[in-house]
Amino acid sequence: MPTSDYDPACLPDLLPLYYRRLFPFSQYYRWLSYGGVSKNYFQNREFSFTLKDDIYVRYQSFTTQNELEKEMQKMVPYKVDIGAVYSHRPSQHNAVKSGTFQALEKELVFDIDMTDYDDVRRCCSAADICSKCWTLMIIAIRILDRALREDFGFHHLLWVYSGRRGVHCWVCDDAARKLSVAARSAVAEYLSLVKGGEETLRKVVLSDPIHPFINHSLSVVERYFQQYAIVEQDILCSKESVDKVLSLPIPVKFHNSLCQFWYHIKKYWKYLSCSHNIKKGGQYFDKEIMLQYCYPRLDVNVSKGVNHLLKSPFSVHPKTGRISVPIDLKELNTFDPFEVPTISLICEELERPRADEAEEDDVKDKENEQEAGERRRIRDYKRTSLAKYVKVFDRFLEAMARSWKGEMLKKSGELETSFSVFLTFMSFTYT
Amino acid sequence: MQFSGRRKKLIGNFQNDLYDQCLQFYGQPPLENISLTEFETFAVERLKLLKTVENVGVSCVKNSEQYTKKLDAEISSLNFPHRGGISEYEKRRKDHISHFILRLAYCQTEDLRRWFIQQEMDLFRYRFNCLHSKHKTDFLHKNNLKYETVSAEEKKNLKDKLIASSYGLSGTKVEEHDVYKVPFQDALDLVRTRKVYLLAGNAYIPHHEIVTIVLNDFRTRLSKALAMTARSLPAVQSDERLQPLLSHLSHAYVGQDYSIQKNIGKISLEQIDALSGKSFPLCMRHLHKALRENHHLRHGGRMQYGLFLKGIGLTLEQALQFWRSEFVKGKVDADKFDKAYAYSVRHMFGKEGKRTDYTPYSCMKVILSNPPSQGDYHGCPFRHSDPELLKQKLQNYKVSPSGINQVCPTTSTHLTRFSTVCVKGFLKLNLVEDAGFSLNHPNQYFTESQKFLSGGRDIKKEVDMSQRSQENPASVTHPSQANSKQAHEEMGDLDSFFQDE
Repeated sequence: MPTSDYDPACLPDLLPLYYRRLFPFSQYYRWLSYGGVSKNYFQNREFSFTLKDDIYVRYQSFTTQNELEKEMQKMVPYKVDIGAVYSHRPSQHNAVKSGTFQALEKELVFDIDMTDYDDVRRCCSAADICSKCWTLMIIAIRILDRALREDFGFHHLLWVYSGRRGVHCWVCDDAARKLSVAARSAVAEYLSLVKGGEETLRKVVLSDPIHPFINHSLSVVERYFQQYAIVEQDILCSKESVDKVLSLPIPVKFHNSLCQFWYHIKKYWKYLSCSHNIKKGGQYFDKEIMLQYCYPRLDVNVSKGVNHLLKSPFSVHPKTGRISVPIDLKELNTFDPFEVPTISLICEELERPRADEAEEDDVKDKENEQEAGERRRIRDYKRTSLAKYVKVFDRFLEAMARSWKGEMLKKSGELETSFSVFLTFMSFTYT
Repeated sequence: MQFSGRRKKLIGNFQNDLYDQCLQFYGQPPLENISLTEFETFAVERLKLLKTVENVGVSCVKNSEQYTKKLDAEISSLNFPHRGGISEYEKRRKDHISHFILRLAYCQTEDLRRWFIQQEMDLFRYRFNCLHSKHKTDFLHKNNLKYETVSAEEKKNLKDKLIASSYGLSGTKVEEHDVYKVPFQDALDLVRTRKVYLLAGNAYIPHHEIVTIVLNDFRTRLSKALAMTARSLPAVQSDERLQPLLSHLSHAYVGQDYSIQKNIGKISLEQIDALSGKSFPLCMRHLHKALRENHHLRHGGRMQYGLFLKGIGLTLEQALQFWRSEFVKGKVDADKFDKAYAYSVRHMFGKEGKRTDYTPYSCMKVILSNPPSQGDYHGCPFRHSDPELLKQKLQNYKVSPSGINQVCPTTSTHLTRFSTVCVKGFLKLNLVEDAGFSLNHPNQYFTESQKFLSGGRDIKKEVDMSQRSQENPASVTHPSQANSKQAHEEMGDLDSFFQDE
């Protein structure tokens, strides 16, 4: 496994190298400028940094890519968060008349955190994850990605591994960025099925008729349930865990037969879902159980707020050292969170000498500093395990760029049309 | 002849264009000159209409048959458009103008805005539901609501999904009625609860649900408009002709003011104790009790109770005797009473100073002005009492727990809701389903109660026109004789509750 041992104590040494030579600033800037369709979009964006010794600073903003780079290289943040695009430059928010400084737009975001599933996973708890419970993330991504695209009509979704125990989704469509708080919370609630805290046993309640969204989600869950719950989580392995399953409302008459039945369930799981002879309430108990074990659990509060700050892609996770990398959905089934490069790994990979590059360096010395720096950086990350993840990001940007072009054409088209109308009008008045 | 004929034609065309629809979103303000009289009349009439909307909405289930019938009757009697008749121009004009006038009066505070928006929404919903399906679609299109109808083919393809997502939608309904495609941002309530089918960012809304969407739109527009109106209000208020009217409107009580007593001298002082248990609203019962116990009431209490007593028919002489006899039992001797307090009693009756014949306070006035502080007994108990205490009282009124929660004041309870609770007491006491009146004034409570107890109500009595503005047609469900026995028993309960206080 190509993972260097990561030691948090090394961060102060690794981070400067990372920000100088590896962090993909130009793609990052390209993303957050959104093609320049809206003025000052990048300039009015809030960033927040967590510095050494847990010092937290908000309302950071930058006027150019260069300024962003210089600042990050200077401050060397341990964590970077992205906030909203405001009405004014966040760094000058104190100078603005109170009440007029407002969050205007932001991507619609979702945060799926593994700790929210602790009541239904037996392999790990709290901050730990393993390949067994990682399946939950795959299920979550598949369900939410489909719903956001097909039901809500969004196109530009960036899924990012958080670096430790979850995934984030950034919905970057223009319409998504302009959503109100009420709309964001409505979307999040539409997507929520698992409700209730410690005290609630039965967290999923289904009733007739079953909404198409739930049916879609169920088909995803069903695909994975057998493998995940029965094999990996082994929810039927011990009386204790079977009891836990049985504590969910199952019509009593099934209990006895279930106990015996379920010990053999690995073979006969399918028959449960075919039991049509259950008439009253709890008729969907099998579906409810599957959903309770597997359906994505989102934190509505993260999605609701326009000004909510969320960990930035390509930020480093201080505890694990892993980079928050974009996830390629085409390779989702083979995505392994333990293969995600750590900062120590990529820094080490960077240091490995590559003979053929020494000459290129000399030739390009004549270019201006920034271009040279960028070119070097592009060469640099390409040498590391970070490369493939930056490619995912590039593809995501390209798809968006096509829509920006459309926007710009529309805008210039409007100008042209109104100008020609004006000319026509003028010609009439002078006739 | 020719000349006037032509003029008629012109007006006809103008009418057709300006008010061609029965219902409107009130997007454009009216642009004509009107007289101050019309200004005032229109405003007051619309206010009556909105209050009726509120009262009917409280006493009947919204959109039920009863509700529709009652509103129908009120709207026609007040001369507002609703069912799209042919010669509705004048009514529609009044509708248009009166709405905008009331915006001026109701934009100033959060409470007022909320009340106004709520009633206007209920009125709008009622009128929208009265429209024919075709007119509904016309209305939507005319108002730029980009709600496309889904093609028959698409409906067929999506039929199962539509049925599985929308409440009350069957296969036939999908085929026969329109389904609208609406951007999901305009249907958040349905999206949030997953009660609608979503595809590619559009919500597929069946015909019967479209009104919810339209209402949301209406509310948003009106809310924004009111905020804007509030900003330009100072300019309007500086017009001296309008300012008094506008401030009067927002606190308006539009019923009888009990300044002209019909029953002067018909009440004797000995009757007051008994009457207070039977026919006084809770606020006055409180005041009376406090007066009897403490032999004193402070100014606020004296005003509220004293004017009420005047309203039920006490003469000046009786009032003086009443107050003196009570105060003398306390710390005030006859001399001091004559010097200090008698003056204010005479003042109440308009015999001193400006000689203003003060009118008894309406519920709105009791609730809004002069909140009680320590040592006071005036105000509205539903508004000013401690919540826990109030809950107990309501329980004693035998209001159900859900009812208590419904009517117990919260921070968002509007001022006019308090009187509905007071009426509930009347309902329980007299064992009627429908009080047959909406409470706006303590003296009204007294009059209604007295009327009821004296058996003056017949089932489905037709109320004469002059009374219309304060009462809805009575509809008592039990014959009065059987009632009085039960009423006595109930009263016993009520009395004992009061003793525990």
